[in-house]
Amino acid sequence: MSSSAEGVVSATPAAAPVTMAGALNRALADSLAADERVVVFGEDVGTLGGVFRVTDGLAARFGERRVFDTPLAEAGIVGTAIGMAMNGLVPVVEMQFDAFAYPAFEQVTSHLAKLHNRTRGRLALPVVIRVPFGGGIGGVEHHSDSSEAYYTHTPGLRVVTPGTPADAYTLLRQAITCPDPVVFLEPKRRYWSRETVALSVDGPSIDRAVVRRPGRDVTLIAYGGMVTTALEAAAAAVEEGWDVEVIDLRTLSPFDDETVASSVRRTGRAVIVHEAAGFGGYGAEVAARLTERCFHYLEAPILRVTGFDIPYPPPHLERFHLPNTDRILDAIARLQWEDDDRG
Amino acid sequence: MKTLARRSEATAADDLLPSATPLQLIDADGHPGDNPGSLSLPGPDVLVELHRRMVLGRRFDSQSTALAKQGRLAVYPSSRGQDACQVGAAVALRRQDWLFPTYRDSMSVLTRGVPAEETLTLLRGDWHCGYDPYQYRVAPQCTPLATNTLHAVGLAYAATLKNEDQVALALLGDGATSEGDTHEALNFAAVWKAPVVFLVQNNGYAISVPLAKQTAAPTLAAKGIGYGIPSLLIDGNDAAAVYAAVRAGVSRAAAGDGPTLIEALTYRVEAHTNADDATRYRESSEVSGWLSRDPIARLETYLREAGLLDDSSAARLAAEAERLAENVRERMNADVSVDPAELFEHVYAQPTAALERQRTELLSELSELAELEEPAP
Repeated sequence: MSSSAEGVVSATPAAAPVTMAGALNRALADSLAADERVVVFGEDVGTLGGVFRVTDGLAARFGERRVFDTPLAEAGIVGTAIGMAMNGLVPVVEMQFDAFAYPAFEQVTSHLAKLHNRTRGRLALPVVIRVPFGGGIGGVEHHSDSSEAYYTHTPGLRVVTPGTPADAYTLLRQAITCPDPVVFLEPKRRYWSRETVALSVDGPSIDRAVVRRPGRDVTLIAYGGMVTTALEAAAAAVEEGWDVEVIDLRTLSPFDDETVASSVRRTGRAVIVHEAAGFGGYGAEVAARLTERCFHYLEAPILRVTGFDIPYPPPHLERFHLPNTDRILDAIARLQWEDDDRG
Repeated sequence: MKTLARRSEATAADDLLPSATPLQLIDADGHPGDNPGSLSLPGPDVLVELHRRMVLGRRFDSQSTALAKQGRLAVYPSSRGQDACQVGAAVALRRQDWLFPTYRDSMSVLTRGVPAEETLTLLRGDWHCGYDPYQYRVAPQCTPLATNTLHAVGLAYAATLKNEDQVALALLGDGATSEGDTHEALNFAAVWKAPVVFLVQNNGYAISVPLAKQTAAPTLAAKGIGYGIPSLLIDGNDAAAVYAAVRAGVSRAAAGDGPTLIEALTYRVEAHTNADDATRYRESSEVSGWLSRDPIARLETYLREAGLLDDSSAARLAAEAERLAENVRERMNADVSVDPAELFEHVYAQPTAALERQRTELLSELSELAELEEPAP
């Protein structure tokens, strides 16, 4: 977990060890310092510094007019953020957990996502909604949902999620300067993952996916908390003789067709990994888009490795539910290699 | 000490409660009301303006109802009968303040200065919001009820954070007070001391559901004390009372003293919309009872007795209203031109690659139809 001292230090070019939570904290601090219109608020984000400490030290540094606690009401948080954005502020709000964001759903879908459109572009709502999402931390019920598909199905929203500490910083800085409303999904199981890196606002643009590991045989498509899992699977696949390319989607909406399709055209095989239930899930959209664009390049059906179609399980059962290295390797093994005539 | 402290808290709490009966400055017969409470009668210029705006607003409203019946508008939710609330609220705002209306508040939007054609864009259906919110400081009319109350609180609190003198007025109805967003908005506004005024137009019905099925509270204004918000219960058919109450709320908010909740008792004379049949849920005797408490008639009586209105000024005003209606008819009877390419323009600040592709697909589909000389859908 980041210390409060870490939270108030600006990004420097020198590489230093940083957790994802620390990188997010620095992105918020640097955004607050860079633009006086930025305000950060939500439940417990002030004095406490957030239940995951992502806002640690910010209220003390920037004051209660910039960083503040709200009453416990998620529709209220998003609804008032909309009004503040209408009046020239740039609100960055926190939903404490994925499943606790649902009370705000109407404000997100009917207003945040639509007001720019409803007013013929006259209103812009540069609001960022930070949502810790996904499982893997042993949370009791309602603390581990993967809610991305609800948001990606809503035109007008950008939905992004970082896979690494460095990208958490870059993506959040970009989300805060983006004129569109952004749902920023933070993979809570990776909050404490550490990377030695120089944090920088310059990086891949907010609407691009990146290749995290180049490979020739199969494209593994992941995002958020599953990026690390996919990279681990790719490393293990070497022993099996597969050279796996790993794509970190970063932006779930809009989707970067170009980067993903060009990878799959090269490898001819694709596996999509996400924690969320497979049925009606985000992976179905990815598979459909790739089929439409890469059909004649495919050597095998596109497979998905996802959570089961069940409500998120209790802590002692979540390990059976979450995609892991073995399941990803099994999926890769099922990609009809026996038919491979490429030698 | 403890007793004293408790007593002073009790006194403070009593200050938050509305009066037992609605405050009134001008009664249904056009005479000075006998329960003005803390409200003071606006000056003659304001009274004349309230009357003028109500006459214009009602003509606009009846013309819009007619246009909906003729199919020129997709739908029209009338605010006839609520004219005093619609006009009193909008006139009470200062230039820098913001109005947050619902779909029933077109008369209020018009009164705030939005041209009739831009007000009716939503209901004609050629786009959603037809006006520039920043030009008039009027938020888009809100269809999911009560959601606008939170936007008002956010906008108002942003003004506080920026040290700007700006007040937001949220319009809502009796039905919307049951929504969770109203509760959250009242609570946030009170905790933040946000410069907001909540005007509940209690017209007795949420489409067909009467107030008794909506709440068990003694009055809707009584809910204010639960949030620590001072509340007023007023005669919502008395434009002078609505103006004075909203004005007092605006002054209080601008002075940094936080939000005010106003419940205005009024009545929706027309059905919910032109598509509704009000005879299924209310008696015509109830409607006629309210017609005798008409907001325009009472102010007209008052103004004539005060020498502020005579036959010739009334005739000039009627002619002005007819010109407005004629203008609305002319503009709404003109055929609407829409641009299908615009569908893709305001989704994001810049159209995404996928939206560009979809626009190209739609346009080529349309040009193929045009080549075949088939009518576009």
